Amino acid sequence: MVDVRYETAFTLYPYERSADQDAQSPARHPVVIVGGGPVGMGMALELGLKNVPCVVLDDHDGVGVGSRAICFAKRTLEICDRMGAADPMVDLGVVWNVGRVFRDERQIYDFNLLPEEGHKRPAFINLQQPYFEKFLVERIRAAQAEGAPIEIRGKNRVLSVDSHDDHVVLEVDTPEGPYRMEADYMVACDGARSPVRTMLGHDFTGRVFEDNFLICDVKMTADFPTERWFWFDPPFNRGQSVLLHKQPDDIWRIDFQLGWDIDRKAVVQPEYYMPKVQAMLGEGVEFEPEWVSVYTFQCMSMDEYRHGRVFFAGDSAHQVSPFGARGCNGGIQDVDNLGWKLAAVIKGEAGERLLDTYQEERKHGADENILNSSRTTDFMTPKTEIAKLFRESVLDLVEHTDAMRPLVNSGRLSVPCVYDGSSLNGADDASLPQRTRVGATLVDAPTDQGWLIDRIGGRFQLFTVNSEFKPEGLDLDLVDVIVAPDDLIAERYLGGAEQAVYLIRPDQVIAARWVNPTTADVSAALKTAMGG
Amino acid sequence: MDKLFTPNIEDADGFYAELLAAHEGLSEAESHALNARLVLLLSNVVGDRDVLSRAFELAKQAG
Repeated sequence: MVDVRYETAFTLYPYERSADQDAQSPARHPVVIVGGGPVGMGMALELGLKNVPCVVLDDHDGVGVGSRAICFAKRTLEICDRMGAADPMVDLGVVWNVGRVFRDERQIYDFNLLPEEGHKRPAFINLQQPYFEKFLVERIRAAQAEGAPIEIRGKNRVLSVDSHDDHVVLEVDTPEGPYRMEADYMVACDGARSPVRTMLGHDFTGRVFEDNFLICDVKMTADFPTERWFWFDPPFNRGQSVLLHKQPDDIWRIDFQLGWDIDRKAVVQPEYYMPKVQAMLGEGVEFEPEWVSVYTFQCMSMDEYRHGRVFFAGDSAHQVSPFGARGCNGGIQDVDNLGWKLAAVIKGEAGERLLDTYQEERKHGADENILNSSRTTDFMTPKTEIAKLFRESVLDLVEHTDAMRPLVNSGRLSVPCVYDGSSLNGADDASLPQRTRVGATLVDAPTDQGWLIDRIGGRFQLFTVNSEFKPEGLDLDLVDVIVAPDDLIAERYLGGAEQAVYLIRPDQVIAARWVNPTTADVSAALKTAMGG
Repeated sequence: MDKLFTPNIEDADGFYAELLAAHEGLSEAESHALNARLVLLLSNVVGDRDVLSRAFELAKQAG
C-alpha cells in the first residue's frame, strides 16, 4: 500500500508497473532520486539532459496542492533556462517591483526594486509551486521524447534504504506490492521530514521558531495593484504581521502571523479566517478562498549532505524559514551544484573527491540562507523584550528618516552565495571586478549574440573578453566577445582591465580568471575545478 | 550627505544581529546601562555637536 499523504493539484505520473518489479534479481540504476518535488524533478532533468540514466521515485502521482514556495528567484530561472524549462514559468509568473510597508493603518514607506538593467530574467517571479513542478515535469516529458534517460515512477514509496560502499539497495512499495532495486548513487530529495534521512538515522538540527503563520490563497478580481504589501501590527491582525503577494490566475497569497499559543485546528476554519481576510481586503471586496494552511517553521540542517553513495538535496538537507524565499531556490541551487559533479564522476571524467565538494559548497550556501532567513524571522518575531524595543524603535524612526530603512527586515532577496574559498577555485586576479570574482555565479549581460547566460553553461567553457587567448590542446568551448568600454560586459567582467579570460564551470560558477593567462594556467585551473 | 537621513551602516543585517546578541542574557537594567554606554561611545565617534543635537531632536520626535 502507498498511503495518500496529501491532495494533488495535477496528476502527472500515474502508477505503472515497471520491469524492475518482475526482475529476478534487483535491477541496478546509475542514479535513483527519491522524491518528485521541485528538487527531485530538477535533479532528474539536470542528469537526464547530461545523458545520465536516472529514476525518480515519488510516493504520489502528481503535484501537491497549495501555493507553498511562491517566489522563484533569478538564479532559479537561469538554472531552469539552462534546462530549457524557464519560458513557461516566466510567461505565467507575476513580476513585481513596488513594495509597500505599513504599520498600523499607515504606510511607512514604499520602495521600487528597480531591477538592474542587462539581465535576461527578472529578479524573481511569483508563481504557485504546483505550476513550477508541472513545468519541470513537462520539460522532462519533452526531454524523454528526445531520448533523455529519465524515468518517473509514481506511487512508489521507499520502505528501506541499505547503504553500501559502492551502491545502495532500496526496498520500494507500490500499489501492487513491494520490490527491490539498486542504485550506484542515490539523491534524497524527499523534503524537510525526509523519510530517507530518518531511515539512515541522520540528525537534523537547528532552531525552531515559536510562531505560527496562516496562509490563505484567495481568488479575487478586485483591482489591487501588482505590489508586495507588508504590514506590521495592522488592525486586522493586531500585534502581528501580514504579507500580501500576487500570484497568477488572480490568486492572492496572504500570510498572517499568528503567534505561538493558538488553536491550530480553529484557525483553518472559515469562521476564523474569512472575517480576517475581509477586514484586510476591505468591506464589499469579493473573494473566494482557494487553499488555507497553517505552518510553523524552523531552520535546520544536516551536518553532512553526502553519506557515501547517498546525497541529500533541498529541504531534506536543510530547511529555512520562508522569509526571503531561500527554500526552493536554495534546493534548485543544490541541483545545479550536484548535477554536473555526479555526471562527471559517473562518466569517469572526474574522481570521487569531486562529490565531496557538494557538501563543502552547498553547506556554505545553506548556512548563508539559514543566517538570512533567521535574521528576518528575528526581526518579525522578536524573541526578547529588548529585541522588541529595538524593532519598535526602528519602525518609529523609519517614519521620520530613511536612514533606518536598511534595518527593516521583512525578507531579503534570494541571491546565490559566492563560493569564496572553495577547494575547486582556481587563480583569481583581484584587479578584475569583485562581483565576478572566482566562486561567484556568472552575472548575465547582453552580448552581440544574445544573453551571456544563454551562451555559457552545461560544460566547462572559456569566456574571453577583448582577448585573443586560445588554449592549445585543451578540450574547452570558447565564448569570445569583443566589447566597447561602456558595455555592461566591460563593467561586469573587465573593470579597469583591458582584457580578461574567465574559466566557467558547467553550473555557471566562475572557476578561475586572469587578465592574460597561459595554456598551462588554464589547464591547472581546470584540473582543480574537477576536484584535482 | 546628511547621515541622519541617509542609510550609512555597512552590513545592516549583520550589525542588527550583533546589537541584539550584545543584549542577550541581560536584565532590563543591564540592557539600559549597555544602551547608555553605547550612546556615549557612539556620540564620541560622531563628535559633531550639531549632528548630535539634531539626533536628539529626531529621536524624541519619532517616539
